[in-house]
Amino acid sequence: MESERSLVKELLSSYEKNRKNLIIILRELQEKQGYLSTEALLEVSEYLGLSSSEVFGIATFYKKFRTRPIGYFPTTVCLGTACYLAGGKLVLEAFERELEIKEGEITEDKVFSLSSAACFGCCTQAPVVNVKGKIYPKLTAAKVEEVIINLKNDLPKD
Amino acid sequence: MIYQKIKEEAILEWNELVYSHKPRVLVGTATCGVAVGAEEVIASMELKIQEKNLQVDVIRVGCLGVCYTEPLVIIFKEGNPPIAYGKITPDNAGKLVSKYFIDDDPCFDLALGTLELREDGTGYIPELERMDKEERIVLKLSGLIDPENINHYIAFNGYEALNKALHMERGLLIKEIKDSKLRGLGGAGFPTAIKMEATYKAQETERYIICNADEGDPGAFMDRVVLESCPHQVIEGIVISAYTVGSKNGYIYTRMEYPLAITRLKKAIMQAREKGFLGKNILGSGYDFDLEVVTGAGAFVCGESSALTASIEGRRPMPRVRPPRSTEVGLFGKPTLINNVKTFACIPAIVNQGSKWFASLGTDKSKGTAVFSLAGKVEKPGLVEVVMGTTLREVIYTFGGGVKGDKKLKGVQIGGPSGGCIPAEFIDTPIDFDSLKSLGSMMGSGGLIVLDDNTCMVDIAKYFLFFLKDESCGKCSFCRVGLSQMFFILENISRGEANPEDIDTLYSLAEDVQEGSLCGLGKTAANPILTTIKYFREEYQAHVGEKICPALVCRDLMHYYIIPEKCYRGCEHCVLKCSAKAISTSEKGWKIVDQEKCTKCGNCLEVCPIEYSAVVTKPGKCPINQ
Repeated sequence: MESERSLVKELLSSYEKNRKNLIIILRELQEKQGYLSTEALLEVSEYLGLSSSEVFGIATFYKKFRTRPIGYFPTTVCLGTACYLAGGKLVLEAFERELEIKEGEITEDKVFSLSSAACFGCCTQAPVVNVKGKIYPKLTAAKVEEVIINLKNDLPKD
Repeated sequence: MIYQKIKEEAILEWNELVYSHKPRVLVGTATCGVAVGAEEVIASMELKIQEKNLQVDVIRVGCLGVCYTEPLVIIFKEGNPPIAYGKITPDNAGKLVSKYFIDDDPCFDLALGTLELREDGTGYIPELERMDKEERIVLKLSGLIDPENINHYIAFNGYEALNKALHMERGLLIKEIKDSKLRGLGGAGFPTAIKMEATYKAQETERYIICNADEGDPGAFMDRVVLESCPHQVIEGIVISAYTVGSKNGYIYTRMEYPLAITRLKKAIMQAREKGFLGKNILGSGYDFDLEVVTGAGAFVCGESSALTASIEGRRPMPRVRPPRSTEVGLFGKPTLINNVKTFACIPAIVNQGSKWFASLGTDKSKGTAVFSLAGKVEKPGLVEVVMGTTLREVIYTFGGGVKGDKKLKGVQIGGPSGGCIPAEFIDTPIDFDSLKSLGSMMGSGGLIVLDDNTCMVDIAKYFLFFLKDESCGKCSFCRVGLSQMFFILENISRGEANPEDIDTLYSLAEDVQEGSLCGLGKTAANPILTTIKYFREEYQAHVGEKICPALVCRDLMHYYIIPEKCYRGCEHCVLKCSAKAISTSEKGWKIVDQEKCTKCGNCLEVCPIEYSAVVTKPGKCPINQ
């Protein structure tokens, strides 16, 4: 916890105390920590002199901010129009079934977390899934099981 | 440095590349190309090049627009015309390198065709019967130059328009844009010159300029491709506009989902600064301007200008009442000019080639070109840039190669969640801002999704509402509550649990939301509902009355069935893949779906070998086991 606090403090000190920086700070914080913890958000509100409700308001308004941790393989299923028409919903359900978690959750071993997004702009390869920054083109529901097995094999040993 | 000198240097570098005896390989590495393995293709080629000790230039370019051919590779070799290769795998990429560069065998079996280059730097592949019919302004150099090398852009008159503009009077520049009749390509089609003039004439001297690259429409990817393929064209357009309205600071507001576009933009801005196209005293003119990339955090409503400025200020993106318009009270309360990526990308061409040329393209009221991202049930998805007034039929059949699998066209969804569904009988409508509006849709940013007979219109309406009800900022009750209520009604319809009067309730609720919302999101949110009910009412009625989904999509109103005569008895694919263990082998050998256990995951349909095609979908709610 202490180390987390000092990380937040260090990050904050590189920004001017201007609310213009709020979203930028939250984004960087999320990049470093994987998510926005309550403690970190409180720290931010204190630093910028904003009420905590305002900071929490921002953190929960935007789709890309998470207030829960993500897994080693953050998995995002695209539900843009083209992907939806090509069966994106079935792909999302297949992940939920195979990982035994719901959208927005993380597996117990913290390896996978699951979310959906509206469009990565890869509509011509629909349906697509993004796992840890890599895009899987034309990933249909029946192929999900194999993808998960391969990813598990790619896990670092420790 | 003066512009001429910069240009001479750039041309020198370009000529060295083009006239060198070394072969060069262009690989499309926009996000769509990377997704299907462009980086692996490059790695495999470079390995082979190293192994065989060859002298070859491998250049990462943007997207040529023919996305269905990705990963796309174009090879220039002395003595031969440039050849384009489509759907290259890492495996045959290596072979291509050794065969073509060592054995002089161009591997015609892998080739798509030759690339014909025009003098202005544009190019097309005649064999694809598509690109030569396009009119490319925004996508002019996409896929043909290295987006991360500013000299490639300058070599094709890049930043020449900026140099010209800096020596022009501001009023004259505005007049030029006005005469070109350019309208905002972000969707609404507001005349660009009017916005420019208002910002220019505003009282406050501190003014801002924003490029809206928050391409939030699901199903649209034009802005991404432009930013990834030719970021300098957009930057040049922004600087010219900034000079015109007298702004010293600008922002490009980009979606977080586009990491590659952000990287390339930031790099391009740095290069532009080094060359003196940005920063203090631009090209010795005494004019200062700088540009910054701001990344959004995922909110569709940020496409609305007052929400977008709020987001840059670090606030919740809630649209406010207008007037005053952003051109008077915008970012940090100052006059602000906000335009879409493609609008800015048109400006250098207008300054270079003149307003007359631009105004000669298109229809009476919509000038220039429209860029569409063609996706959905279409044979050749990708990007298409055509003159305004081209019909939907041409876009789908000439450029898109028709409906996938030769199915029947049901309609198109155009303009994303703010647009509407246009039925097949209207496909001869010329596409421009006004004609689409009269059909109840809108140009939107240019997402064009082709729908075939297997698309359920209730389902697609439900999809957009699911998206919009989550994206409503919550300020206006009609949008916040109304969209959720509409979604509930649609859910009931798709489950076959709705009453006949629900369709009319839905329609009138949609009209109320349209009326009672403040911003563009709420005002257009009803379009998907209104258009689908207007043009496809019988499909709604089938869900409500007969309780069937004619397209066999709504899962509560369909079921999977295995045709005994087609089911090959030795095959076990569906049994093994069934996620609910609902498929078993009957005494006679074929497979049977236990309808009570079936969760309708669709796996059986997907894995049933195409030569058998024994799994089908059938209408009807929960049939009795046979």
